[in-house]
This record gives sequence, structure tokens and C-alpha cells, in this order.
Amino acid sequence: MSVINTDKLTKRYGKYRGITELDLRVEEGEFFGFIGPNGAGKSTTIRTLLGLIKPTSGSAQIFGKDIVAGHREILSDIGYMPSEANFYSSMTADEIIKLSARLRKKDCTAEASRLCDRLGVDRKKKVEELSLGNRKKISVVCALQHKPRLCILDEPTSGLDPLMQKEFFDILKERNAEGSTIMLSSHILSEIQKNCTRAAIIKEGRLIALDSVENLSKTAAKRVTLHGVSAIPEELETADANVTGNSVSFLYNGDIKKLLSVLGTLPLTDMTMTEPDLDEIFMHYYQKGGE
Amino acid sequence: MTVYACDMKRNLRSLIIWSLAVGGMIMICILMFPGMKNETEKMGAMFSNMGSFTAAFGMDKLDFGQLMGFYGIECGNTLGIGGGMFAALAGISALANEEKEHTAEFLLTHPVSRGSVIIQKLLAALTEVLVLNIFVTAVSLVTAAAAGESFDMKSFTLIHIAFFVLQAEICCIAFGISAFIKRGSLGIGLGLALAMYFLNLLCNMSEDAEFLKFITPYAYAEPSSIIADKEIDCVLMAAGLCIAAAGAVTAFIKYSRKDIAS
Repeated sequence: MSVINTDKLTKRYGKYRGITELDLRVEEGEFFGFIGPNGAGKSTTIRTLLGLIKPTSGSAQIFGKDIVAGHREILSDIGYMPSEANFYSSMTADEIIKLSARLRKKDCTAEASRLCDRLGVDRKKKVEELSLGNRKKISVVCALQHKPRLCILDEPTSGLDPLMQKEFFDILKERNAEGSTIMLSSHILSEIQKNCTRAAIIKEGRLIALDSVENLSKTAAKRVTLHGVSAIPEELETADANVTGNSVSFLYNGDIKKLLSVLGTLPLTDMTMTEPDLDEIFMHYYQKGGE
Repeated sequence: MTVYACDMKRNLRSLIIWSLAVGGMIMICILMFPGMKNETEKMGAMFSNMGSFTAAFGMDKLDFGQLMGFYGIECGNTLGIGGGMFAALAGISALANEEKEHTAEFLLTHPVSRGSVIIQKLLAALTEVLVLNIFVTAVSLVTAAAAGESFDMKSFTLIHIAFFVLQAEICCIAFGISAFIKRGSLGIGLGLALAMYFLNLLCNMSEDAEFLKFITPYAYAEPSSIIADKEIDCVLMAAGLCIAAAGAVTAFIKYSRKDIAS
């Protein structure tokens, strides 16, 4: 069964583009990634699904219920972590966590203390005294303490240190194993690649790819930069190649062994090989979409 | 009523500060009265010779030698401006601050309807206004008793009822505006209260501006008229209650459909 199902979902802010005719489908029990650069429409999509903003046209269902008509029922089964963790500044972490549970009319005391222990939340501190990372932790507790059927996380890891990020993803994976559906929005590709089974790529408000992470990654080339040579090796199939003085840079999408054997014959002084940045992957999907 | 309780708790400090400030000012003024009473003849002559300003503050109708007359002017200014500003701030910040401080995203992604949030927030703001008024009324009564003076209780009660309705009306108008704005609400709130206050002064000074009395709530809460007539002008107050209701309904309609700023 689809947990999230959108049909030509569109949101425009006056002249500004929000999202355009988005057809998105997230199945029950999935760990779903939602990728795109800042301003692509990730947050707009999520905020529309949660009823913070009203769709201009199109429709969407969560748990089979219409997002506008079934707004309250849907929200009681969702845990949402916004990209900015803002709370009432005069309240303590503990008060915020309890307020969130009361607003849901649920007793979440046990789960809240378990999450606070794992994440190391100082419950007595006031929100105004907390750093972004610590506010994010409160956000995690508020999003997960009621064990929601669907967790929507909007750029959740910004501000969290690497150890906390690991703990956070461990918790998410446990929840996912227990049957919760997770929707993770991010502009960090590695985060999606490591954790998600399926992902959607959004650019300029439109969905440009929706596939398993495995398939999406296969098409992603490597960015290779070589120092000590001044020409692209002819034996290799490359794309987006640049030559600057004594170094060359290109995208390589072929067999890695072939690349290494060719490189071994070159008088290199240094080299790097990295994941291409998101823009390059988007270029790839854009070109594919245009064919 | 979780939202109501949360708002009351968060605004408690500001409520205490405003109550102490307005109550304290009124207490000081009442304590000054016994000393001023003996000079009332001189003062009466002075105050009645200030031309249209005398009328603007209703001083042509009041007897400064009586506690009630003195209290009417003094209360009109302190509770009228102080309470009016507090009511405007309570109303204007209720919805707008949630967006300004980006907490709306937290609150509204919980399973509560917008309608319920609006009602609970308006009730909280009105409760704060009521608490401030009860506190100030009590301070007045206790201080007067301590100073060995007594009020004409009918006029006193009517004045305080009128002032509470006035503040509730300003609170509702500010609340209606609050649904439209996204940030920077303090100035609008204070401006609203002061504008209403000055409209009433204009209205008292010039016959041409008489129609303004249907707009500003300070017209039906004019202590000089209430003390002189021993009643509140029901037509003006009814007009005021209609404006208040319009403010609340506007907030409801606008906020139910509003796109919450990120």
C-alpha cells in the first residue's frame, strides 16, 4: 500500500515556482530518500503534505486519506522533523517534549526518556541556551516519541555531529525495521546512498528521477582529477572534461579497472577521485530527461 | 486546551510585569489624591481653562475634588493607555509570533486543527486581559481603602466594565490583524492602541469628528460620561462588540487558509 501518493501536486507562490505536477509514491515500510539542492522544492513538497501550505492544484493522499480533508487524522500518525529546529525559546527541552506529547494526547514518557538517553539530551536546559545541534535532538525526540507510522525528516543531520548522526540513523533503521515508513529529505547524496532503498530526485520543482538507490547510483559517474598530465587520456570515455595547465578533470562512467590500468601508464604527480557533486548528477538526469 | 495552557504559561511573565506597572501607577495616583484634594479649587480652575484640551480629556464634566472624578481622569489615562497597549500586544503577538519565531511549524504539524488553535489563542489573550483588569481593580479598591477614601461603587464598577470591554475589543482587532502579518508585530499593536486613544481625543475636541466615536472603543469607556450619566452608552458599546467580533472572525477565516511562512 502507498503511504504517500501525490497526483500532479502543484504549489505556486504568486510568481514563484514551488513544485510542479509532482507524482510521488512512497510505499509502506520504505526508507525513502528525497534528494535535491536547496530551493529545489523538497521543503515545499513536505510542507504541502503536512498541511502547512495549501496545494495550488493536484491532490495527495497519505495513508489513503486526502491531505486537506484528513489533515488532523494524518498528522496524528506522522512524526515530522523540520529543517530548522525552532521551539518556544523560554521553555525547557523537557517542557517542549511533554508539550508535543500532550498535543498528540498520548503518553510517550517511556519512549521519550529512551530517546533522550540515546541522544544525550539535556532536558533541563532552556531552548534559548541550546545550540542548533541540541535543538535538533529535541526535534528528533518530538518526531519519534509517539512511534509514528510515517516519519518525515527534512534535512535532519545539519548541526548534528558525526557520532550523533550515526546514532540518529541507527534509531531510524530500527524504526524502519519495526515497520515505520521513513522519508528522508537531504542534499547530501552519501546519506541517501547509505540509508535509503528508493529515492526521488527533484530539481526546480519537478521530479526528474524516481528509482531504487542502487539504480540511481549506477548512473552516477566519478569525478577524476589528474595532475601531471595536460591532455585527456584518449583511451577513456569521458564527459565534462576540463584541461587547466598541468592538470585535467573529467567525469568517468566506465569500468574502474580500465581506468586504473590507463592511469598506471601516465606520469602522474597526484590525483583525486571523488563522487561527483549533486549538480553533476542533476546534469546527468537533466540530459537524460531531455533526450 | 493544551495550546491555551501553553500560551498562558509563556505569557505569564509579561502579564505580571504589565499588571504591576499599570496597578502600581494607579496606586501611586490614588495615594496622591488626599494631598491634592485641598488644592482642588486652584486645580479645577486651571483644568477647566485649557480650552479644547479640557473637553478632550473630559475634564469639563468631572469634579476633581471627588475621588471618583479624579480617578476617572487618572484611570482613563493609565488603564486606558496601559491596558489598551497590553491588550493590543497580547492580541497581535498571539498568531504572528508563531510565524516570526518559526514555532508555527512545530505547533501546526501536531494533530490540532487551525480552528482550535485560533480559538485557544484568542481565549488565552482575552484571559490575560481579564486577569490584568481584575488585578488593577483590586489594587484600586485596596489602595483607596488604605488611604481612607471610598469610590462611588456604581460608577467605579461601570468604568471598569467599560475598560475591560475596551481592551477586549482592541485585543480582538489586533488578533484579526495578527492573522495577516508574518513578522514585526509590536509596532502595529502599540500603534493601534494609541491611534484609537487619539481618535477619541479628537472626537471629544471637535463636533466634526463625532462619527469617530463609533470607531474608537475609548468613546464608550469615557469615564467623564459614565460618571455623569451613571451608565455606559450601550449603542457605542454594541458597535464596539461588533468590531471585536469582526476581528475574531477575520482571524478565523484568514488563518484557517493561510500558508504558513517557513
